Amino acid sequence: MAASHPSAPAPGEPLSFQRMILTLHDYWSAHGCLILQPYDMEMGAGTFHPATTLRALGPNPWNAAFVQPCRRPTDGRYGENPNRLQHYYQYQVILKPSPPDLQELYLGSLAAIGIDFTRHDIRFVEDDWESPTLGAWGLGWEVWCDGMEVTQFTYFQQMGGFDCKPVAGELTYGLERLALYLQNKDSVYDLAFNDAQGNQPQMTYGDVFLENERQMSAWNFEVADTERLFDLFRKATAECESCLEAKLPIPAYEQAIKASHVFNLLQARGVISVAERQAYMGRVRDLAKGACAAWMEKNGWAA
Amino acid sequence: MTDFLLELRSEEIPARMQDKARDDLARLFAAELAKAGLHTDAIVTFATPRRLALIARDLPDATAAVSEETKGPKTSAPPQALEGFLRKTGLTREQLVERDGVFFAVVERAGRATADVLAEAIPAVIGAFPWPKSMRWGEASRTTESLRWVRPLQGIVALFGEDVVPCEIAGVVAGAATVGHRFHHPGVITIGSASDYVEKLHACHVVVDQDERRALIRERASALAEAAGLALVEDEGLVAENAGLTEWPVPLLGRFDDAFLSVPPEVIQLTARVNQKYFVCRDREGKLANAFVCTANIDAVDGGAKIVEGNQKVLAARLSDAKFFYETDLKVPLEEQAAKLDRIVFHEKLGTVADKVDRVAKLARWLVEEGIVGGSSPSSATTTVVTPAQAGVSRDGAGQEPHETPAFAGATKEALADLAERAARLAKADLVTGMVGEFPELQGLMGGYYAAAQGEDPRVAAAIRDHYKPVGQGDDVPTDPVTVAVSLADKLDTLIQFFRVGDKPTGSKDPFALRRAALGVLQTIIANRLHLRLMPLFLWFSRKEETGRYDQPSLLEGPIEEAFVTRDLGNLETLSPRILSGNGLALIDFFADRLKVQQREAGVRHDLIDAVFALGGEDDLVRLLARVRALQAFVGTEDGANLLAGYKRAANILKKEGVPQSVTPAQAGVSGDGAGQEPREAPASAGATAGVDATSVATEPAEAALGAALDAAEPAAADAVAREDFEAAMAALATLRAPIDAFFEAVMVNDPDPAKRAARLDLLARVRKAVHTVADFSKIEG
Repeated sequence: MAASHPSAPAPGEPLSFQRMILTLHDYWSAHGCLILQPYDMEMGAGTFHPATTLRALGPNPWNAAFVQPCRRPTDGRYGENPNRLQHYYQYQVILKPSPPDLQELYLGSLAAIGIDFTRHDIRFVEDDWESPTLGAWGLGWEVWCDGMEVTQFTYFQQMGGFDCKPVAGELTYGLERLALYLQNKDSVYDLAFNDAQGNQPQMTYGDVFLENERQMSAWNFEVADTERLFDLFRKATAECESCLEAKLPIPAYEQAIKASHVFNLLQARGVISVAERQAYMGRVRDLAKGACAAWMEKNGWAA
Repeated sequence: MTDFLLELRSEEIPARMQDKARDDLARLFAAELAKAGLHTDAIVTFATPRRLALIARDLPDATAAVSEETKGPKTSAPPQALEGFLRKTGLTREQLVERDGVFFAVVERAGRATADVLAEAIPAVIGAFPWPKSMRWGEASRTTESLRWVRPLQGIVALFGEDVVPCEIAGVVAGAATVGHRFHHPGVITIGSASDYVEKLHACHVVVDQDERRALIRERASALAEAAGLALVEDEGLVAENAGLTEWPVPLLGRFDDAFLSVPPEVIQLTARVNQKYFVCRDREGKLANAFVCTANIDAVDGGAKIVEGNQKVLAARLSDAKFFYETDLKVPLEEQAAKLDRIVFHEKLGTVADKVDRVAKLARWLVEEGIVGGSSPSSATTTVVTPAQAGVSRDGAGQEPHETPAFAGATKEALADLAERAARLAKADLVTGMVGEFPELQGLMGGYYAAAQGEDPRVAAAIRDHYKPVGQGDDVPTDPVTVAVSLADKLDTLIQFFRVGDKPTGSKDPFALRRAALGVLQTIIANRLHLRLMPLFLWFSRKEETGRYDQPSLLEGPIEEAFVTRDLGNLETLSPRILSGNGLALIDFFADRLKVQQREAGVRHDLIDAVFALGGEDDLVRLLARVRALQAFVGTEDGANLLAGYKRAANILKKEGVPQSVTPAQAGVSGDGAGQEPREAPASAGATAGVDATSVATEPAEAALGAALDAAEPAAADAVAREDFEAAMAALATLRAPIDAFFEAVMVNDPDPAKRAARLDLLARVRKAVHTVADFSKIEG
């Protein structure tokens, strides 16, 4: 597998960021997952990807893995904090129904990217997951590697307010954290993004994303026009509602994602008071749940 | 006799649930056995992250045969009755046993094999298991009826002796196979019987006994600290949590950069403990050291070098976040932070935190200015006789001037009030700091650090730090007047505000922790012996509804006071229509309930508290407790017990005769004229005794003696109560004991002569009323 690639690192060398992703793709592909591409919309977590949210509903089996960029405007630090980013990557695996050996499969993926269980301490620490925005919850763990949380491991119990029948297992790897760990680096910007190859020099994560963090932080916190953002929020919610009326759950869900992201931007601009916050979140939740309900109805699935 | 082993293996069970799960397993299992008539005293349970196990020793191989006898109709009964009984029991006439003219059905039940009982008990226990949170999983979860467990159930070991107990639940078949440690020994191991379970697992790197894992962690962590010349900060909660996260615990010592020690030690400890589950260490001087102990779940081939390295990195990242927050917060004065509190809603009906801060600041100042806090130094807590300062309590004309006790040592009252107000105005400012945003548990503490750093008076900084105290029973109770003022004002404001808008705790629902706030107020008032009346405060806050602003708190005025004391709700509403809707009284009752809960632990009888509260009108808790304590001492004496018996006899007679109860408010000095209690007693038997002087018809010597004793005891008890010398009041009542006993011995109340009868009833009514000057004895049990 990996060893047959021309760009494979020498044995014992830690994987570069992209090699780690490719290794996970190979691993989960070999275990029967569809390898999807990121959804082309801004979202706060991989769970928002319709391949997770909507596919977690209903009776049909679904096994997929993909990278999803996540945007959390309030976490931006202008590129000055070694661990916090307003844009980063999650690796998302969803297996439905959850296979009986899900923990072993997961540990196999860690071994594949080079984690040695005779030297490292892996633990499953209780973490019950809940997304008020998606009307979803599940039970599971944060997986710790030597005290660092590297994965969220969740058995979905409800999505969009509907019981999951059957239950899906969801794995969400924090890719930058894992890479920091594997490559033994202290700053995300020092991560080796790739492996040097012929004329292509080795690039760092900072080479690729540092300027992006600086500019996007400035925009998120200082520049984004709040009037236009409020307007966008209104338009997205209105659009979502007309999609729901037209019985089009997928576009409705997209507009809910959009509204959610605009809300996050408004939060970063500090223009939503504590009191209003709940109301906005409630609005997004209603839209997302509405889209899930429409999806159930469209497919003829009973709650 | 045979041992039984049950192991329920699952994916990782949350650490916090393991202890209760062991208890539940033992309880449910014993109950299932009991249903089949089996009993065992020897159940041991174990829990690890991946298994919940039980060993029951010395079970019989079968349950005992049982003979059940059912009583039927009499042999003389009509044939229909016999037919019905035969139908019910499924027996024939010949199978019935006849005894003493009655039919009995006797059914002999053979014993059952214990293995069969167990095969039924296991699925029953699993099906009924009360996990705090449980889940569905896998293919079976296509229906919501599928088995729920804390995490997916992976295997069952069920061995009775050396034999597998055949059973299956949700596709998991019981057997003898389990697995060892997830990484050290992931393969299958076969258990022989209960006797080799613990040893076999140990050989496969699983310490199944949680107590053994805890001891390992405790001892090894201490030893590591000691070897580094440090002392471990012991933390049993962390010991248990780490034992719940590991099957093979290996404590390891790591270090962090000295530079982080500039962050307050509480922050470091909290970060290490809450986020990472690490122990921290102190150096020889007792200061926090730059070392921590984490607990790994493997014996690493490199001795844990990589694990320590990784954990150090994680902690460093966390501490650098904390340091960043701390340093950023230090740059902003607390006043500036406090100005942002108007953005935080305290409660939708109660405005913002800034509004609350303003109320608390005014109240804290008032508590000091009125001398309620800091007005007099707390007297010795051992004496039961209270000589209160009465500051802010006494009313005009009551003959008691507010004490002008010298204010707190070294500070004038005005200066102290300034400090209290200053502290109150800054007390909530840390809520908008970065550090408290990250670690809400550090509220107060961080404010104290920031206040000290910006040069506030040390008492102001201490008050900001400690104003949330006491948090529950056992927490330190503030004693510094500045802290006491802010702490009380904050909690009182919360209580009064929520009660004012009618948001009271109900049942198990107490989302704003009002019970805890009330307990905190009680602890503070009692520990500092403060004389604080609750009702005026309630009215003060309520008055905002009328005026739109908070004036200085003021005392109750005559008619409202009177109506409050007598609990005349109708009158209260007329006098003050918009400010009182019974919520104030609900708050007093709420405090009474909390007081009973709180005092129960101190060994004070709740019925005695009831007896004093039942008089109505008492909202000074220190005074109330003094009275309760005197009462408890008194009813413990022979005089007290006999007086209580005499009282109950008198009260029963009066009740039977329909003589109405009197009301004698508990509040000392309340009646205004200072001369003791105004009689409010209805004549014993209206009409019949009008104009009759009871003593003039006293024909029996015992009757006259009781009358004379009452003549002396009544004013003595009333005076003592007015002086708040409750022991003297009890002593005055004690003088009634012998005359009452003699009266009941020698006198018949129900005399045919109506005048004699009325006079005797009147005497009894006087007894009841005299006793009620101290407490409503009818509430006393026994």
